[in-house]
Amino acid sequence: MAISFDLTENTLYSRAYYHDVALKQMRPISRKYDDEEHAFPQEWVDFFWKHGRKGPQGGPTDGPSDGFVRVCVQAEELCWGDAGLYLRMPTPALGGSAVSAAGSKEQRKRFLSRFNEPEGTPCWGAMAITEPGAGSDAAAIETTARLDGDEWVLNGTKIFCTAGEGASEAEGGFVVVWATLDRSAGRAGIKSFVVPAGTPGMKLVGLERKLGIRVSDTATLVFEDCRVPRENLLGREEVKQRKSGADSSAGKPGFKGAMATFDASRPIVAAMAVGVGRASLDFVKEELSRQGFAIRYDAPRYDQGAIERDVIEMEAQLQAARLLTWRAASMMTRGIPNSLEASMAKAKAGLVVTEITQKAVEILGPPGYSRKLMVEKWMRDAKINDIYEGTQQINQLIVARRILGYSSGQLR
Amino acid sequence: MIDFQPTEEQQLIIEVVRQFAGNELRPIARDCSELREIPAKVLAQAHELGLVATSIEESHGGGGERCAVTGCLIAEELAHADLALALAILSPALIALPVCDLGSEEQKSAHLPAFTRSQFVPGSLAVVEPDIRFDPLAPRTRARAQDGGFVLDGTKCFVPWLEGGTQVIVIAATERGPRPFLISRDCPGLSVVPERNMGIDALPTVELTLEGVFAPADALLGPDDDRAVRSLIDRGRVGLAATAIGVARAAYEVALEYAKEREAFGAPIATKQAIAFKLADMAIEIDGARLLVWEAAWKLDQGDTVTREATLAHCQARRVALEVADGAVQVLGGHGYIREYLPELHLRNARGFAAFEALALV
Repeated sequence: MAISFDLTENTLYSRAYYHDVALKQMRPISRKYDDEEHAFPQEWVDFFWKHGRKGPQGGPTDGPSDGFVRVCVQAEELCWGDAGLYLRMPTPALGGSAVSAAGSKEQRKRFLSRFNEPEGTPCWGAMAITEPGAGSDAAAIETTARLDGDEWVLNGTKIFCTAGEGASEAEGGFVVVWATLDRSAGRAGIKSFVVPAGTPGMKLVGLERKLGIRVSDTATLVFEDCRVPRENLLGREEVKQRKSGADSSAGKPGFKGAMATFDASRPIVAAMAVGVGRASLDFVKEELSRQGFAIRYDAPRYDQGAIERDVIEMEAQLQAARLLTWRAASMMTRGIPNSLEASMAKAKAGLVVTEITQKAVEILGPPGYSRKLMVEKWMRDAKINDIYEGTQQINQLIVARRILGYSSGQLR
Repeated sequence: MIDFQPTEEQQLIIEVVRQFAGNELRPIARDCSELREIPAKVLAQAHELGLVATSIEESHGGGGERCAVTGCLIAEELAHADLALALAILSPALIALPVCDLGSEEQKSAHLPAFTRSQFVPGSLAVVEPDIRFDPLAPRTRARAQDGGFVLDGTKCFVPWLEGGTQVIVIAATERGPRPFLISRDCPGLSVVPERNMGIDALPTVELTLEGVFAPADALLGPDDDRAVRSLIDRGRVGLAATAIGVARAAYEVALEYAKEREAFGAPIATKQAIAFKLADMAIEIDGARLLVWEAAWKLDQGDTVTREATLAHCQARRVALEVADGAVQVLGGHGYIREYLPELHLRNARGFAAFEALALV
């Protein structure tokens, strides 16, 4: 192995395909579904189900693969198109990551194969963790699961569930619900359960009205004596009791197993963030160039304009975020533990695209603030990346614990 | 294929240099800075590692293994111990690499062997000028064509001037743009005044004045266009960015260790989020900037023009170095401000990246 920044042929091919999708399928309807919050993007869902989910046809099939980096490249490309529509794609999404990370082979087949079948109607996967009283502190969740015969009975309320409308209602989809078997056991008591769409007792009670990514259905789901088969639990059933003095997160594959989902999802969210940031930056550069304003990378410092400095800084920050993301993804492909690097990428990407998209509105002046252009939307869309999949601060906390060698008890 | 792993050979080089830097350089860094001198013995020891000679082409006695990525890995490790010592140790490259890249066969035969022998011979490169409106591509130092050669006039600063060096490359503007000239340090008309700067105290640097210095035609390095100087500046930015990462990492590590040891309110200050998050940000910023440096270096190795990538890496790395060094001083508090600890030196050195050009080449 050697340090290399070459994307493989098949990644480039796939990037070109998704760029085309972003440009021709997403961008034209991007503004419409931002204006009409909660409207169902039928044309996009149909397109994706019919064509998009199959990915690029033809192209190089052999040769080396970028593995997980390729997934990040695709996510960046599609979010360059529209981050909200990306989240509305009929895919297993985060629910799928959870099933892949913690589920058995049988569970993967049972819940995920539906998404690849040529027949059938569009369906979604989702993950339900957050509750009104538990956000970053996921160990504080109050939704309960209790075994009754051969079924788990779930009770509680979940909020901020991305794709929660599609996943809870459209046939074939599912919601992965985090619930506790034993609150006194803390994190060790937390397990995840697959609740198929349409399961009685799972009710969609509302959709959030948001700053950005408005086309994405962010749902509140209520579980009232919601029953799922015993074999829908991901991972082991036993609750490993907390030992005094020991790190309570050590109960794999319960809470920690569920948290491992983040090692895969954080690089993707970071890549999505980079896509939104790039949309803004590309637009700024094109607009400046239309105005006859070229960015000089070789200009002496005293002669650089403020905007030139801003753009160079934006480019450097975005590329740093992208490379941190690819590093975390590349470790994932190789099976090297990447929690630290995944959190670094997520923390950096969430922050810099927030700044980049805000700066883009500023640079473009009065038109930048108008809804006639998209930069105001991208600024609103970008901010979520600094919040979901672990806020900036939670990722800083994870990085800090790692570099200091502190447990969650030592650094709270 | 995307990959962030150095080769096994590079990992070996990193190990060797890290060990040398940790054992031989870091312990003397403070004294060298205070006394403003570098023991000849250390330079000789470093020379034995062959860090520069390895990059020189085989036909001229070198190792023939030129690689900008490897150069960056080495530069970071040396600068992690001390920036001034790193720049001194790498100074032979200031002549050797431009001659490799731009020189004619005659120039190579004349100037490369000095750097492949057993004795350490420092190099010197004069780019920066003491002028607020300094532009490396439009220097005020002029080279007028005259008598079949050139006559150089002007003033340069931050010019490394270690004992035992015989040549210096001077960037001067001809009528057709900036060009590098390789001239002898004892040319008539050339005078030097030792400098005192905010940092890199251990590295002897001079303000160099050229008054009617005659350079024969064969002093001109490279093709008769701007590419030579542009490539030199780009390579310098990548090399300097790599050393900036080394400085940042050094400051970060001091802060990290200190924060775990120092207790306040009954617990190590690292257990407070205000400190812990600062350290986390440092780690993230250093890693991000390093990847930009690697990318620019990797592109150099592909034979690409890297003006944009070098500028991005350089901007990012120098910002990170300054912020991290400042953060380290802050984490150490009053102890960060006194010269018993290294962060104040890291801070003084880090600010230099705003002014330096081409003090390290890859």
